[in-house]
Amino acid sequence: MSWDIKNLKNWKVGDHPPGALIPTGGNAVEYKTGGWRSEKPRWIEEKCTHCMICWVFCPDTSIEVKESKMLGIDYDHCKGCGICAAECPSDAIEMEEEEK
Amino acid sequence: MSKTVALTGNLACAHAMRQINPDVVAAYPITPQTTIVEEFSTFVANGQVDTEYVTVESEHSAMSACVGASAAGSRVITATSSQGLALMWEILYIASALRLPIVMHNVNRTLAGPINIHCDHQDSMGARDSGWIQIHCENAQEAYDTTIQAIRIAEDSRVSLPVLVCLDGFIISHAIDRLDMLDDPEVKKFVGEFEPRVTMLDPEEPITVGPFDGLHGQFFEFRRAQELATLGSLPVIEEVGKEYGAVSGRPYGLIEEYKLDDAEIAILVLGSTAGTTRVVVDDLRADGVKAGLLKIRSFRPFPIKQITDALSGVKAVAVLDRSLSPGAIGAPVFQEVRSALYDSESRVPIINFIYGLGGRDVSMAHLKEAFDVLSDIVKTGQVKQTINYLGLRE
Amino acid sequence: MEDLTEIRWHGRGGQGAVTAAKLVAEAALKQDKYFQASPEYGPERMGAPIQAFTRICPEPILIHCAVTNPDIVVVLDPTLLSVVNVTDGLVENGALVINTDMSPAEVRQANNIEGYKIVTVDASKIAVESIGRAIPNTPMLGAVLKATGIMDLEKVAEHIRSSFGKKFSQEIIDGNVEALTRAYQEARSE
Repeated sequence: MSWDIKNLKNWKVGDHPPGALIPTGGNAVEYKTGGWRSEKPRWIEEKCTHCMICWVFCPDTSIEVKESKMLGIDYDHCKGCGICAAECPSDAIEMEEEEK
Repeated sequence: MSKTVALTGNLACAHAMRQINPDVVAAYPITPQTTIVEEFSTFVANGQVDTEYVTVESEHSAMSACVGASAAGSRVITATSSQGLALMWEILYIASALRLPIVMHNVNRTLAGPINIHCDHQDSMGARDSGWIQIHCENAQEAYDTTIQAIRIAEDSRVSLPVLVCLDGFIISHAIDRLDMLDDPEVKKFVGEFEPRVTMLDPEEPITVGPFDGLHGQFFEFRRAQELATLGSLPVIEEVGKEYGAVSGRPYGLIEEYKLDDAEIAILVLGSTAGTTRVVVDDLRADGVKAGLLKIRSFRPFPIKQITDALSGVKAVAVLDRSLSPGAIGAPVFQEVRSALYDSESRVPIINFIYGLGGRDVSMAHLKEAFDVLSDIVKTGQVKQTINYLGLRE
Repeated sequence: MEDLTEIRWHGRGGQGAVTAAKLVAEAALKQDKYFQASPEYGPERMGAPIQAFTRICPEPILIHCAVTNPDIVVVLDPTLLSVVNVTDGLVENGALVINTDMSPAEVRQANNIEGYKIVTVDASKIAVESIGRAIPNTPMLGAVLKATGIMDLEKVAEHIRSSFGKKFSQEIIDGNVEALTRAYQEARSE
């Protein structure tokens, strides 16, 4: 099923599929929550041991990982909660003020 | 071919369920549950149905399991009563909002307190705004017939809404009555195969069910769309009732008129009391009083046009409500009928009789009393009291 | 509706008043009559006084109000006569069918009952002798048939044979039919 929500705010009665159904799956990624941040995590690659503790604790899925290696942070979705920085045993993530 | 049997209202419903052979029945099996699901569980145990029978720890869970099963693409039936319906409350709204065609019996019994287990309509009246279609049955035959029709109504692509089939607690649910059952293949053919509008469990076409709408602001439009679907079920209920009549010889509509054509005074009522009222109408007719009855079968959606048309010729009407809405202008059915008649040309005088709460018996003498008040209104042209109580000690 | 017969059954929880009310309804079906049968709406308690109701009519029964003026009152346990007002609402020419070893005249005198037709039968004794248990409902049904003629004895016996066949042994079925017939023959009325 097609699912184009560009004009969602102007949808009228009956435009949305019945039952508040979204005819696709896994579409939460389309909703960017990065704008919620007041602080942003900064990854210090040199200190990182790739222990994956940040990946485990991140309440979103904002730690980007490939083949057991930390690649960085998904700033489109990271809400800046700071859990990764607090949990990192190597001080490889630091929180800093979001640039406005 | 049909078979004439002696069954309680509950067992009549259970047999209809057996003949429908739903995919899933999720039910809380203990009080205030009735023998509907108890009897059905024996059909499951005996291998007479293919149903996945889920016993859960509360009615809240029962309706939640029904929602999940229905969203997954199953044909789902359950049953409840009284406090059980009350505990389902929030999930009733989920089921209708998700447009899931679940069918549920409600054995109408009051809501405590003081603790009382007997018949009235306060349980289902509380669920009137939950978005469920609500059909009331007069006797065991109607409860059986309506169960089978409810499947077709709920699953119709123009409707896709849950249906509550209401039968009066004890009076119909626990009394043995004579009724005709269709043969199993006839029921199977009538309900057909369920073709789910959506199925949550298709990996080829993943969908999202029950999303959050706090930010985009579609909620209002959804609720209105749901209202339109509910109103759109009016012709479907009629069509299915007519088609069922062709199969069974017992056609059904949204309302049923009894000797209303030339009636001057009429009682409007839902459920088992309609039966008793018929006999009182006959008695009054024998005495030359032009009395009539209007039975509402579909309370949700409320068939406004059919009701105003049916009452267009009468000179005074009494609405009987087996529930009470503290602080309101009369009880729910009265409120709606009076509201409907406000816009009609005749503006017939209308009064409310609240009756039968907590199982208080409504006798033929009580109904005669109500008709007498109507006769008095016709004679004097004056309504002395709009809201009245039948059989109340005060 | 003029030919409507209403029966009220008085018993104690466990004596089979509800079963008797049902049995009458099911037997009525076999004779193409219309019926309603319902227990007193409430929790069932072994030993406590309970009531059940049956309506029988050659035409469809439309009313759903309570049975308040029965044509027949059946008392399954004679000890209830001093506990419950069994004649409450009984129509003027109604019948009172009682399980007791007393004669109708003795019951009338002992309980100060005026009017009504009184039918007595020692249903407990018959039940013990025929079925082996003191469950008086089937023999009481025989007495009701004798007192009222609402249904044909042989057709009710046939119904017992066919419906009990699924649940009970041949011995129990024969015992019940014997109890029904014996009570029909032994019932005394006044």
